[in-house]
Amino acid sequence: MKGLERWVSTVDHKEIGVLYMLTALVFFLIGGVEAMMIRAQLSLPGLNFLAPETYNQVFTMHGTTMIFLVVMPVLAGFGVYLVPLMIGASDMAYPRLNALTFWLQFFGGVLLYISFFAGGAPDAGWFSYAPLSEKAFSPHAGLDYWALGLLLLGSGTVGSAVNFIVTIANHRAPGMTIRRLPLFVWMTLVNSVLILFALPALNAALIMLLSDRLLHAHFFDAAQGGSPILWQHYFWIFGHPEVYIMVLPAFGMISEIIPVFSRKPIFGYGFVASSTLAIAFLSYGVWVHHMFAVALGRVFISVFAAMSMLIAVPTGVKIFAWSATLVGGSIRFTTAMLFAVAFLLEFTIGGLSGVAFATVPIDWELTDTYFVVAHFHYVLFGGTAFALFAAAYYWFPKISGRLMDEKMGRWNFWLVVIGFNMTFFVQHLLGLMGMPRRVYTYPNLPGWAALNLVSTFGAVILGLGALVFICNILASLAFGTRAGNDPWDAWTLEWAAKSPPLPENFETVPAVRSRRPLWDVKHPDAPDWAAEGGA
Amino acid sequence: MPLGPVFTPHSPEAQAMSALFGAFLVLATVIFLIVAGLVTYGIVRYRARAGAGEPRQTFGSRGLEITWTAIPLLIVTVLFVFTVRTMASIDAPLTPDQPADIVITGHQWWWEARYRNGADTANEIHIPVGRRVLARIESVDVIHDFWVPQLARKMDAVPGRPAYVWLEADTAGTYSGTCSEFCGMQHAWMRFEVIAEPEADFSAWLAREAIPPQPPSGDAAEGARIFQQQKCGDCHAVSPADTRVLPGPPLTHIASRRLLGGEIPNTAENLTHWILTPQSIKPGNKMMDPRLSAVDVGPLSAYMESLR
Repeated sequence: MKGLERWVSTVDHKEIGVLYMLTALVFFLIGGVEAMMIRAQLSLPGLNFLAPETYNQVFTMHGTTMIFLVVMPVLAGFGVYLVPLMIGASDMAYPRLNALTFWLQFFGGVLLYISFFAGGAPDAGWFSYAPLSEKAFSPHAGLDYWALGLLLLGSGTVGSAVNFIVTIANHRAPGMTIRRLPLFVWMTLVNSVLILFALPALNAALIMLLSDRLLHAHFFDAAQGGSPILWQHYFWIFGHPEVYIMVLPAFGMISEIIPVFSRKPIFGYGFVASSTLAIAFLSYGVWVHHMFAVALGRVFISVFAAMSMLIAVPTGVKIFAWSATLVGGSIRFTTAMLFAVAFLLEFTIGGLSGVAFATVPIDWELTDTYFVVAHFHYVLFGGTAFALFAAAYYWFPKISGRLMDEKMGRWNFWLVVIGFNMTFFVQHLLGLMGMPRRVYTYPNLPGWAALNLVSTFGAVILGLGALVFICNILASLAFGTRAGNDPWDAWTLEWAAKSPPLPENFETVPAVRSRRPLWDVKHPDAPDWAAEGGA
Repeated sequence: MPLGPVFTPHSPEAQAMSALFGAFLVLATVIFLIVAGLVTYGIVRYRARAGAGEPRQTFGSRGLEITWTAIPLLIVTVLFVFTVRTMASIDAPLTPDQPADIVITGHQWWWEARYRNGADTANEIHIPVGRRVLARIESVDVIHDFWVPQLARKMDAVPGRPAYVWLEADTAGTYSGTCSEFCGMQHAWMRFEVIAEPEADFSAWLAREAIPPQPPSGDAAEGARIFQQQKCGDCHAVSPADTRVLPGPPLTHIASRRLLGGEIPNTAENLTHWILTPQSIKPGNKMMDPRLSAVDVGPLSAYMESLR
């Protein structure tokens, strides 16, 4: 009881960070089971494993869960845990706000899942297009729970973004100028600004939807002078920055991990940092590429096509910078590094297939097909999830004081890489063959059954990989080798703290005179601040 | 491995999209190979050697960084030019200066096609080969998306917001189409066919569809009586003159259609099955169970079979 009371009342950033990560892990299991149900139903044409209405609830919950209850909280968790440590602070700027925003997100998730016991889960997709999401077409309460749950999650996310911004602005160790921020912290800062301007659009749209559903308003009802397209604009002006919100912190993780295991600083800190700003800025001008199949006019659409293509440039800058960091290094292949290198390749595929959707006539063929499903899983799984696996192996020793098992790590890595590509690569082909997404079954057209079966087998392998990961966490918590404070011989401030860190984080914060304060401590003969381009 | 519709286009519009995709695929593959090559070179050549100390610390190269910003910028600029040109060549105007040849309306979960001469059909759209027709895409309920992969661009059917697409086929044949925007329970089976046929056949079909079917006789006449008695006509039209917006597909010439529900072959057996248990084949569709006795279904089926 004492333990429980401590966890629900904690305002310590490290404990809140762990709460975020554990919550995300539980929802990851639930969302994973939903993914398996989807793949089971689609493994062959014409199966009746799930009824159509159940299937629609399951894929809606899979998307909503993975985005709002897994990726967002786990990224917030890493941020909340690591940002104060990486900038040499003792906690977040507002510890109680930190706790509040966690619990808002926690109960938002709970509320979403209560819908299953209150007449049915939401069934209009994670994007809940009006008028399908209106009472007339989805009369049961699922969508009300969806909107209310997301309002809580969205408000919590905005609160934590404010907290990150103030923390990073005001609580940096002496000497840590903005230009010396670790890239993970920099990207969390940019991300928080992105959240601050993107999430309110979602919150506003949710309130309009709830007004339509519960108060008989007509925001999205064309027959009453409302507009279904209005929902799409609001949703995607949140929804596309959201994609970057889910990927920028992952970029930050990769920007920490690849240099440490290559034993070299990041190649071109300035370009990597400023390209993040460019992505954040451009991300507000690309939302209409989710709406290219709506007749909006060619000039209007062309502007958004141009912006969507432009955003590939700063993203490419990062890919090249990470790849160039490898060259000339002395690379150590820990599991964390394996995932980081795999991230480079998988994310490149997802990034390139994204350019296809900016190329409007290709979008007119392929949008809303399985090609899209393949594309965004390469971004969010091949990108974000691979970075998160890398981050887990990299920072677990700091959080727990123990190393994760490398042997299980290899199994984890290879099962995930094989399973992931088997599941999702073939979905590109299914899209090119004309298979639409969000279908509970499909006609037995040539090739469709075989490719779907391959995809389902891949999902099973991927699922096994995820289970090995969870086993590794549990086993390493109990039996892992003691890590010491700095197992990777790394350079940022968190590795100067104890593992796990003391409640106040640091006894003394090392002097910060460059981007790699611990390198300077370890190499007084050749510190970064003395090197050209080093500080 | 069968080639997808993206690689087997059958209209100038689809060919333009296909060509652009082909070029994109080559470009994307080359870029991926460059990145993969760089990564592979990095991890193979610079693997940590036993006993090696820290490598030389380098912090970047302004020249390289500018290069890999500028070249992609150039590539997307070229891609953008081709994008805009292709859009202009295949997209119908937002507000055309000619009336639509076909009004295609999305309903949960079937497609209605109404022609200018009054012909009205469901899930089966006939067009002449080699001639571009203008289709107006509408919806009466939620957002649907009209997609015939081998023939035309996707177009969302948004309630209160009609849109236009060119529909054209260069070869006679049957092309499969589907709803491509999630629209509820039976989105998966909101499928349809586009039948492209020579001009003479098309004209004959169109003329036939626009006139009311033969008055029923015998068993079929008994079926027509049951049809009336059961108020089937509240949801289904049986005459081209009936222009109400109805929740069920028109049955005016149902016997001449190939598919039932966009899904199964239109045979007497399947039709009887559908009427007896309307929720068994396409669960969730808007048809209520008329709870007919087996005695009534025979004549009703016969009536449907007479609607040619």
